[in-house]
Amino acid sequence: MATTERGNELRAPGAPLPPGATPISKKRGFWAWLNKRLPVDEFIANQLTGYYAPKNFNIWYFFGSLALVVLVIQLVTGIFLAMFYQPSDPGAFDSVQHIMREINWGWLVRYIHSTGASAFFIVVYLHMFRGLMYGSYRQPRELLWVVGMLVYLALMAEAFMGYVLPWGNMSFWGAQVIVNIFSTVPVIGSGLVQWIRGDYGISGATLNRFFALHVAAVPLILLLLVMLHLVALRRTGSNNPDGIEIKERTGADGKPLDGIPFHPYYTVKDVVGVGVFFVIFALIVFYAPTVHGLFLEQPNFELANPLSTPAEIHPVWYFTPYYAILRAVPNKGMGALLMLLALVSLLVLPWLDRSPVKSIRYKGWISRTMLAVFVISFVGLGYLGLQPAEGLYVILARIFAVCYFAFFWLMPFYSRIDRVKPVPERVVYHAH
Amino acid sequence: MGRVMFPALVLAAVLVAGMTGPSRASAADEASSDADWQSWTANSNVTDIASLQRGARDFVGYCLGCHSLKYERWSRLGQDLNIPQALLVKDLIPPGETPAGYIISPMVDADAEKWFGKVPPDLSLMARARDPDYLYQYLKTFYVDSSRATGANNLALPQSAMPDIVSPLEGLKAAVYKTVERRGPDGQMVKEQVFDHFKQIAPGSMTPQQFDQFAHDLVNFLDYVGDPQQAMRRAMGVWVVLFLLVFTWLAWLLKREFWKDVK
Repeated sequence: MATTERGNELRAPGAPLPPGATPISKKRGFWAWLNKRLPVDEFIANQLTGYYAPKNFNIWYFFGSLALVVLVIQLVTGIFLAMFYQPSDPGAFDSVQHIMREINWGWLVRYIHSTGASAFFIVVYLHMFRGLMYGSYRQPRELLWVVGMLVYLALMAEAFMGYVLPWGNMSFWGAQVIVNIFSTVPVIGSGLVQWIRGDYGISGATLNRFFALHVAAVPLILLLLVMLHLVALRRTGSNNPDGIEIKERTGADGKPLDGIPFHPYYTVKDVVGVGVFFVIFALIVFYAPTVHGLFLEQPNFELANPLSTPAEIHPVWYFTPYYAILRAVPNKGMGALLMLLALVSLLVLPWLDRSPVKSIRYKGWISRTMLAVFVISFVGLGYLGLQPAEGLYVILARIFAVCYFAFFWLMPFYSRIDRVKPVPERVVYHAH
Repeated sequence: MGRVMFPALVLAAVLVAGMTGPSRASAADEASSDADWQSWTANSNVTDIASLQRGARDFVGYCLGCHSLKYERWSRLGQDLNIPQALLVKDLIPPGETPAGYIISPMVDADAEKWFGKVPPDLSLMARARDPDYLYQYLKTFYVDSSRATGANNLALPQSAMPDIVSPLEGLKAAVYKTVERRGPDGQMVKEQVFDHFKQIAPGSMTPQQFDQFAHDLVNFLDYVGDPQQAMRRAMGVWVVLFLLVFTWLAWLLKREFWKDVK
């Protein structure tokens, strides 16, 4: 090979080749060998250094990459847990204690996994809230949002089945309650519940299939959906706090004027976000892994017992907004239907918003108020789902449930009549 | 944002570490009256090895006859509590058991069922399934009740099947109730019997202070058994968090350097 290729190495990755330069495939050594067979450089150039993201991302834009980080944490710790966990009744409970006490660093891996489950939802909820605020679900990102919602649904299935595996008493009774929701399906309800459980009640058979689904089936679906979510994101490009399409203002070189290469700018920025996240994560893992019964509940330190019901049965905190909606309705079938509708409302959100602007920054007071009402309702329902369903709690849950649905189903009207502010031509960015 | 975030993060880290650290506020419950028994706290501190050793000794002496710690090995206990194996074998491990074995009560389940109506629960995770404070309150609120088969009852766990095995130490207590009038749900005044205080009927071998210490040590020991790594975990966490703070600081410097270009 010729030695006149120096200039090629100095060029910024992803930048167009200067005239007469040697293409990537003619680099020397192992890298050239590799790139001839696998489009590594091309991938980096297309997806990282040549992918332009808006430069005005704020703190809310950390949570997408954090969700990816938590996914990896859960996969890695999950693999190690699966090496020692035994899906049997009552051996599952013993095997978790074996991991916690006798496997080297088992306690750490297990606490990371249990904290990671809750962290996943915290990160995903903040990620979704970002989308709500800045209209990231709007045209042309409808499918991106829908795929994201499917990721969320898969995550719910994954978390629910994972929660059953330690086979504590809350695992058992939580599973009993959640699986029984399917009995409200007309005609096939009771048969369906039996089919899900693989038994007449929650039992070792249920535990075994939940293990299979938790470690193989759902993670595969989750990974596929996450990949689709990223592919769809790369297709449309990221939204930003101003809700302006940066692709519409390009410079002479065809690059967006308000865009910067994802790598290195957002990779180094996201690493800071990951660092902050890890500090908080480590504080929980090392100092408060149960978070006072919120991440790991007290009744779950007792073996599953069909004869002894915990004082209060409720799912883990990340499901409680929907659980509160379920319990707010006296009729179980209607409650289940509303719960489903609560999720479907999120799914169809792109087609409910008729506002001429995307971002909350330029929406009027009605949209801002409705978003605030929605957040208060969601958090309020989450709190109420952890409380006993009685007295004032039920009334509050009904009020919050109405507010929750009002946010979505009145949106086609209020988003149209709400007075909006003029959207600037370029994104708002103050250099640091 | 970045300039504010980092100091705020350090502050948060220090605050959380301070709140959840092993040195919990040691509010003395001695001063509080019997009627406030629900606010008694165990003040457990699993870094107090001497207390854990006394707790282990007392567990073997008073609890192991009926209760197991089926997830804890004797050898693990010896290691964590700095008890040499020779001493462990001589003083704690029942004859016929080995240090590698789990801490299992010699009582046969069928016998327990016959004698107490139920098998006494395993206590490995009791401090986590309940609460150390609850266990402390339970140990300290036994009273004489002739209507019970065991002759004893308990405020923290009414109708408890467990006999008052601490009475030789604490002595016998009677529960004294007082009548209070309270407005019922329908607006009428209702008379109610409310627990007021304990009356010592017969002395035990310990002073009240000694018995408080006994209950504290035992609960402290059960707190340790519930999560044997907790002391090590907290000690290690400081270094992990410090490392992550330095890492985050460096990452932030790098980010600031790169972002100087972005206008």
